[in-house]
Amino acid sequence: MSPELKTQITGIDPEKIRIDFPILGRKVHNKPLVYFDNAATTQKPQVVIDALVNYYTGLNSNVHRGVHYLSQQATVAFEEVRQKIQRFINARFCHEIIYTRGCTESINLVAASWGRANIGPGDEILISGMEHHSNIVPWQMLCEEKGAALKVCPLHPDGSLDMQAYSAMLGEKTRMVAITHISNTLGTVNPVKEITRLAHEKGITVLIDGAQALSHMKVDVQDIGCDFYAFSAHKVYGPMGIGGLYGREEVLNAMPPYQGGGEMIKSVTFEKTIYNELPFKFEAGTPNVGDVIGFGAAIEYISNIGLDQIGAWEHELLAYATEKLSADPLVRIIGTAPGKASLISFLIDGIHPYDAGTIIDHMGIAVRTGTHCTQPLMDSLGISGTIRASFAFYNTKQEIDRLIEAIEKVKEFFL
Amino acid sequence: MKIEETTSAIVSEFESFDDWMDKYNYLIELGKSLPLIDEKYKVEANLIQGCQSRVWLHAEFDGNLIHFTADSDAVITKGIANLLIRTFSGQPPQEILDSSTEFLKEIGLTEHLSPTRSNGMLSMIKQIKMYALAFKTKAAMGN
Repeated sequence: MSPELKTQITGIDPEKIRIDFPILGRKVHNKPLVYFDNAATTQKPQVVIDALVNYYTGLNSNVHRGVHYLSQQATVAFEEVRQKIQRFINARFCHEIIYTRGCTESINLVAASWGRANIGPGDEILISGMEHHSNIVPWQMLCEEKGAALKVCPLHPDGSLDMQAYSAMLGEKTRMVAITHISNTLGTVNPVKEITRLAHEKGITVLIDGAQALSHMKVDVQDIGCDFYAFSAHKVYGPMGIGGLYGREEVLNAMPPYQGGGEMIKSVTFEKTIYNELPFKFEAGTPNVGDVIGFGAAIEYISNIGLDQIGAWEHELLAYATEKLSADPLVRIIGTAPGKASLISFLIDGIHPYDAGTIIDHMGIAVRTGTHCTQPLMDSLGISGTIRASFAFYNTKQEIDRLIEAIEKVKEFFL
Repeated sequence: MKIEETTSAIVSEFESFDDWMDKYNYLIELGKSLPLIDEKYKVEANLIQGCQSRVWLHAEFDGNLIHFTADSDAVITKGIANLLIRTFSGQPPQEILDSSTEFLKEIGLTEHLSPTRSNGMLSMIKQIKMYALAFKTKAAMGN
């Protein structure tokens, strides 16, 4: 199928989309920017930037407290976004959505609050070999505190999860399974529904790290069936510093609060504090209202374009890049699981990723080099890092051609 | 040669390059020509852990001057190590402690100076100064 025809079918015209993202028009090192670091953070469309500006120019006030007009309007806008997120990931109730600073804080919230109440000496927490440090360290900290053990499910050589090993590792002592939906380093999309089903058969709680997933595919937390789903706005075209935790109502209700302070209380005396209901029980302090509203604008923006369309175009970009990179005998792609998300980690034979990344940067192309905050994964692969190009729906095939040219330049420099 | 003389020589070498490609070709050349470190010094204890490339730095003190050798698994980082060794190796501790590293900004290598996740250049400089302080203290105590 010709690229043009497929573009028509997917309905994505990246040239039109790009106009919505002002940063994509800038130059870097005197060359038009090619932004291939979308797995680290996505760029923001003008509607998100406008939403932030409009909030601070016309609506700023504290939520849930004031009887005055602005406070009420801000509260309405703030709570409307919670409903948008609820619909976006198909949660049963909007109070199952807890606002956090991002995916990392969401995982820390569960480790601290759920972990405090449910983990004891000798218990096991099962993660996978492809986890981001954010889905390793909070559990390590919990294990150290409680005398529990962290278990790591191995991967197949192509970067997919070894499901046979996974099933076998769900044991008597396993209390929590915490696994990523999409690997930020390998692009592997994990079978989270099956992962959850197998864990639930044994009464084990499941957290899915959704940081990489929400921007690429339709996520349905009820269909997955997981107990927790953690995510960040800034990887879904929204602002930095805001994210969320989905938790099943029953599970959240049974958990102690995370932090203490305003908002999370119903009544306070020096003798006893009565905690607020969901979701406020987990939202101590004045929330990040402006960024919540920006997040709402981002969800609306990508929902209007359609995640099916976005996913289809990104997969086409991935297929194109994979084909081009595979044609180079010196390039080794790290992570070749079937049905990958739109990112490619690779190495160029005989060239350190840092050296390659420095030259690629000077060609105006933003890629990520290094361990991608997955050091244990790098160790298990026996490599010190990779070059990673991660695509969003505003990227084009011409940009991938520029990456291929840059790789040729890298080879001229170092080989 | 005094440290300032070396750094101003480096600055004028880099001024002669018209574009970034020439500059990096030179850095890569410097990286490839970095005198080899004795393999026995490429140990964990000499490792400066940058996030992206590994750097080993070894220092020896002859009572007056400090002699540095280094290696890295990335060529550009080796090139930078070469510049630092050329500047600081064979200098007395006090000279090293008093010296400025502004010349690295002047030659346009600031992108390698970002404090984290970079190539450990900042850590290399810090480690060189740490050695200088340690050897200075050791010499003072010996007297």
